Amino acid sequence: MRSPLLSAFAGAAALSLAAGAMPAAAETIKIGSFLSVTGPAAFLGDPEEKTLKLYVDKLNAAGGVLGRKIELVVYDDAGDSDKARTFAKRLIDQDKVDVIIGGTTTGTTMAAVSLAEQAGVPFISLAGAVVIVEPVKKWVFKTPHTDRMACEKIFADMKARGFSKIGMIAGAGGFDRSMRQECLAVAGKYGVTIVADESYGAKDSDMTAQLTKIKNTAGVQAVVNPGFGQGPAIVTKNFRQLGMTMPLYQSHGVASKEFIRLSGEASEGVRLPAAALLVAEILPDSDPQKAVVVGYKKEYEAKYKSEVSTFGGHAYDGLFLAVEAIKAAKSTDKAKVRDALESIKGYVGTAGVVNMSAKDHMGLDLTAFRMLEVQKGNWTLVK
Amino acid sequence: MAELLQFLFSGLTVGATYALVALGFAIIYNASGVINFAQGEFVMVGGMASAFLIAAGVPLPVAVAIAVVIGVAVGVALEKFAIEPARGAPVVTLIIITIGASIAIRGVAQLVLGKQFHTVPAFSGEQPIPIGGATLLPQSLWVLGATVAVVIGLGAFFGRTRLGKAMLATANNRNAAQLVGINVRFILLLSFGLSALLGAVAGVLISPITLTSYDVGIMVGLKGFAAAMLGGLGNGLGAVAGGLVLGLAEALGAGYLSSAYKDVIAFVIILAVLVFMPKGLFGKASAERV
Repeated sequence: MRSPLLSAFAGAAALSLAAGAMPAAAETIKIGSFLSVTGPAAFLGDPEEKTLKLYVDKLNAAGGVLGRKIELVVYDDAGDSDKARTFAKRLIDQDKVDVIIGGTTTGTTMAAVSLAEQAGVPFISLAGAVVIVEPVKKWVFKTPHTDRMACEKIFADMKARGFSKIGMIAGAGGFDRSMRQECLAVAGKYGVTIVADESYGAKDSDMTAQLTKIKNTAGVQAVVNPGFGQGPAIVTKNFRQLGMTMPLYQSHGVASKEFIRLSGEASEGVRLPAAALLVAEILPDSDPQKAVVVGYKKEYEAKYKSEVSTFGGHAYDGLFLAVEAIKAAKSTDKAKVRDALESIKGYVGTAGVVNMSAKDHMGLDLTAFRMLEVQKGNWTLVK
Repeated sequence: MAELLQFLFSGLTVGATYALVALGFAIIYNASGVINFAQGEFVMVGGMASAFLIAAGVPLPVAVAIAVVIGVAVGVALEKFAIEPARGAPVVTLIIITIGASIAIRGVAQLVLGKQFHTVPAFSGEQPIPIGGATLLPQSLWVLGATVAVVIGLGAFFGRTRLGKAMLATANNRNAAQLVGINVRFILLLSFGLSALLGAVAGVLISPITLTSYDVGIMVGLKGFAAAMLGGLGNGLGAVAGGLVLGLAEALGAGYLSSAYKDVIAFVIILAVLVFMPKGLFGKASAERV
C-alpha cells in the first residue's frame, strides 16, 4: 500500500518534470558588453553605450526578438585592457551572456579574444585594427572598417592628388601601431613612399618636436596621423601652430565631432576616411545606405541631443547583426548564432553593406569608406 | 638652425611649466621637509577650473583668476585637512599622505568633472609668430612671461618682505624660528597656498596649448619633481633651472634622438640625479651635527 508521503513525493516529482519540460519562453536574450565609456577612448565608447541602450529598449518595446526580451549588461573598462579582460570573463562566466558586443579599442578587444574563443561565445568587436579578424578567429567578428582599409583609402586619395612622398606620425596605442604597420605595408601599392616616421607617447601633450622633424624632411607632400583620442587633436593643433600648410590626413579613429571640438580651427581642411553616417543628409538618395544612416542619425540625436559619431554606428551594426543572426538561427544557441553571423549577406548598416563569410569576419569593402574633409567645423564629402 | 630654434621654443615653454611646478615642490620642502606629490594636481585643478568656467560663459581674465583662487583653496584645504592633523608624524608619513591626497583629488575631479578632455582658448589668439624660420605661439610668450614675473615676484617676496623672510627662517631652522616668535604652523599653511598658486598658474597658462583632463597632474607632477631634484631640492633658482633644463632636454631628445622615448628622459634624469648627485646641480651638501 502506498504511503501518503510516497504519493506526495511522486506527485511533486511529476509536476517538476512537467514544468521542466515546458519551453523557457520568458527567458531573456542576454547581450553582454564591455565598452570604454570613460577614459581616453570615451568619445568612442560613450556613443556606443548610448546606442546599444537606445536600440535594446526599442527592440524590447516592439516585443523583443523571437518573442524574448533582450537583457543588456554593460561594463565600463575605461580603456584599460586588464579591466576589459576581467569584465569579459565576468560576462562569460557569471552573467552567462549569449553574445558579446564590445571592445571599444583594439587593446581591449584583443584582451578578450582568447576568452571568447575558449568559451565559444560569439564576440562582435567594435574596434579598428585588422589583427582582430586576420587571421580569422572562429568566434570573433567586427563591425568597423579595418585600419588597413583606412590606409588604402587615404593612399588612394593621395595618389589621386599626386602625392608620392609623405610623412607619418603615430601614437603608441594598439590601434595606432597597427595602422602604422598597415600603412607601411600597403604604401607601395599606391606609389607612396613614407619618408618620415615619427611617434608620440599616449599622454604626450606636445608634438611640435616630432612635427618639426617631419616639416624639415625634404619632399614631404602630406602627413598621415594614425590614432584616436586626444593625441590626433594635439597633433592637428601643433600642425597649424608650426605653420605647416601641407594636407593632413587623420584616421577613422577621430570620426567624431569631439575631434573637431578639441582641435578647433586647426581641423579645417583635415581629411579622413569615415563611414557615410557622418554625412548622412548630403548623401544622394540613390545611396543604398541613406535610409539606414539617416534613420539612425535622427533617432540618436532626438534621444541624446548630441551629434552622431561613427562609433555609435558600429555599435548599431553590431547589435543588429547579432539580432539578424539570432533570428536566422531561431535560437540563442551559441554555435548556431555564430554560423548564422558568418552567413550574413547584404546587410545594410551604418558602416556599409556587410557580406560576411568564413574567411571574412568583417564583411566590408573599400566602397564602405567615404573620404571626408572638415570644412567650417563640419564634415563634407570629398568627390 | 630653424629646427633647433623650434625645439628650443617648445622646450622652453614646457620647461617653464615644469619650473613652476618644481618651485612649488621647493617651497613646501623648505617649509616642512615634505615632498608634496599632489603638486601636479594643482596644475590640473587650475587648468580644469578655467576650462569649465570659460565653457560656462565666464570672461577669460575672470575665469583665469577664479581658477587660480580655486587652486589655492585646494592647496590650503590639503594642508589643513590632511597635513596639519598629522603634524607630529615623521616626514615619510606626510609624503605618503600627499600621495593619497593626490589620488583623492584626481578621483573627485573624475567624478565631478568627468574624464573627457577639455580645451581652453588661448589668451591672445592662436596665430603663430614666425621667428627665424621657427614659429612661436603667443601663448608660449604668456607662459614664459608669467614664469619670469612669478620668479621675480617670489624673489622680492622672500628677500624683501617680513613674511617671506620668516618663511626662509623656518626653512633654515624650524626651532629657532619658533623661538623667535614665528608662527610656523601658519608658515606651513602659507607654503602650501603659495605652491598651489604656482601650480594653478602653470595649469591655466599651459592648458590652451596642451589639452586638459582629470589626469594631467600625474605626469606633470612627476616631471616637476624630476626638475626639482635636478636643480637641488629646496633651492628655488635650482628648481627653475631644473625645469628649463628638463624641458629643453625633452624637446631636443625628441627632436634629435627618438620621439618615442620622450617621457623616458625625465625619469632617466631622476635616476641619474638620485644615484650620482643626490643634491642636484645647485643643492648644498647637508650635514648633521650629532
